[in-house]
Amino acid sequence: MDPSDHLFRREAGRMVATLTRIFGVHNLALAEDVVQDAFCRALEVWKFRGVPENPSAWLLATAKNRALDVLRRERTARTFAPELGRLLQSEWTLAPVVEEMFGANAIKDDQLRMMFSCCHPRLPEEAQVALVLHILCGFSVSEIANAFVSSHAAIEKRISRAKKVLAASKRLFDVTGVDDFSGRLPAVQRALYLLFNEGYHGASPESAVRAELCQEAMRLTGFLLDYPLAAMPATFALSALMCLHAARSPARVDASGNLTSLFDQDRTRWDARLVAEGQRLLDLSATGTELTEYHVEAAIASVHVTAHRTEETDWGRIVSLYDTLMAIRPSPVVALNRAIAIAQHEGPKRGLEEIHSIARSDRLATYPFYFAALGDLELRSGRHVAANEHFRAALAVARNPMERRFLEQRVAVSASHVPQQP
Amino acid sequence: MSEFVYLYRGGEAGRSPEAAQQVMQKWMTWLKDLGEKGHIKDQGQPLESTGKLVKGKQKTVTDGPFAETKDVIGGYTLIEARDLDQAVQLSKGCPIFEVDGGVEIRPVMKMNM
Repeated sequence: MDPSDHLFRREAGRMVATLTRIFGVHNLALAEDVVQDAFCRALEVWKFRGVPENPSAWLLATAKNRALDVLRRERTARTFAPELGRLLQSEWTLAPVVEEMFGANAIKDDQLRMMFSCCHPRLPEEAQVALVLHILCGFSVSEIANAFVSSHAAIEKRISRAKKVLAASKRLFDVTGVDDFSGRLPAVQRALYLLFNEGYHGASPESAVRAELCQEAMRLTGFLLDYPLAAMPATFALSALMCLHAARSPARVDASGNLTSLFDQDRTRWDARLVAEGQRLLDLSATGTELTEYHVEAAIASVHVTAHRTEETDWGRIVSLYDTLMAIRPSPVVALNRAIAIAQHEGPKRGLEEIHSIARSDRLATYPFYFAALGDLELRSGRHVAANEHFRAALAVARNPMERRFLEQRVAVSASHVPQQP
Repeated sequence: MSEFVYLYRGGEAGRSPEAAQQVMQKWMTWLKDLGEKGHIKDQGQPLESTGKLVKGKQKTVTDGPFAETKDVIGGYTLIEARDLDQAVQLSKGCPIFEVDGGVEIRPVMKMNM
């Protein structure tokens, strides 16, 4: 078994989703115990006898048998999924029903069901994301805390509260259209978008961890694409945006592990397969009347990846796309990116004006790339002392060693132009 | 060469799927390494943590588990080593120590016939 294949983590998500469907959402903790049991068994048996030919099937079969034991032992004491009610009570139907629930198609739907259930409107967005990562991606509390650069206690609290809300929701979200599917879909898309962003731009110092978050977001978005009710234009746009960003990730870090800005990336290292897939999905998203932020962000990413050299970038188009994005979903970070595009298009002076006019720019006070952008534009304007100050301010709020090295280098570049005191 | 039995006692699987997978992979690497160096006579088997105990003239049957979780024997391996010291040294690579478990090392009694 390849250690980089996170088999247990992936299977944990599948098994919890299915077991919760059978046991009922109020028995989430029981489902988690059964999964934990299956892993303990795998650990004990596989270490002596080797990994079975089909490890996923082995784990599923183990979880299924354990589930049958639990159902038989506790069916008088507990209530399980209300919609399965009597089918689980009778020995005639119990095994066939459980068997069917563990079928490949059913498991896929269960994961979708769980995804929608985790994006419960009573939960704040960050709790939804944490819950998706925990339940569907099998990340432990400390792994999530590590990825989000948060404390173990804070994440534990967030997850246990979220689980309570989920368990109190009586039953899992019905994805067949009985519940308001199209009403919940935007929340699911948003959670996956945030998950991807955390991976792509997040603060975790380990790029391996961040890459895993992006992969998980893309894997779960794949479930949406496969499900007719969920495969809407916005989903295609979201998926396009992930592909087009992920395509650039091989070039974001150079051979010595240093962060490379978009302008300086070796564009031949961009992943051509992901670029093509992203463009295909972007075409598919261009139907209907709704223009979402995912459409616009994917379009911006698409302009970048179609420029073979930085100088060939159509900055005018990018500026107008950012104008649209500011109209749909304004934020200080979007405004900053728009200002950077304007600087590329109309020169650093205009860029600086735009940055200085950003509303609520205090929210960027801990964002290193705000100060880095100011530094870059001052540098391009020939004001090295001011540039140097901004880069130092950026360095002071750097979130990980990679950012720190990147910014130290900018500090050094700007300082080399500053006249030495006699 | 002499024979020894490793009895694996206790040890937590770890609460997260990733941790469990890592522990398992370490076990497999360790056992494979011992095998390649010619120290494994029989890789052994995992043991269920439940069972029965039959005891005394009355042959009273009681249920397992027989001891606290931390003492339950989860499996065994038959090892070949030069002497007890080497068997002890070899056991130190066992991943069970990382998860609060232990290895009991027992020489197989030699028959001088």
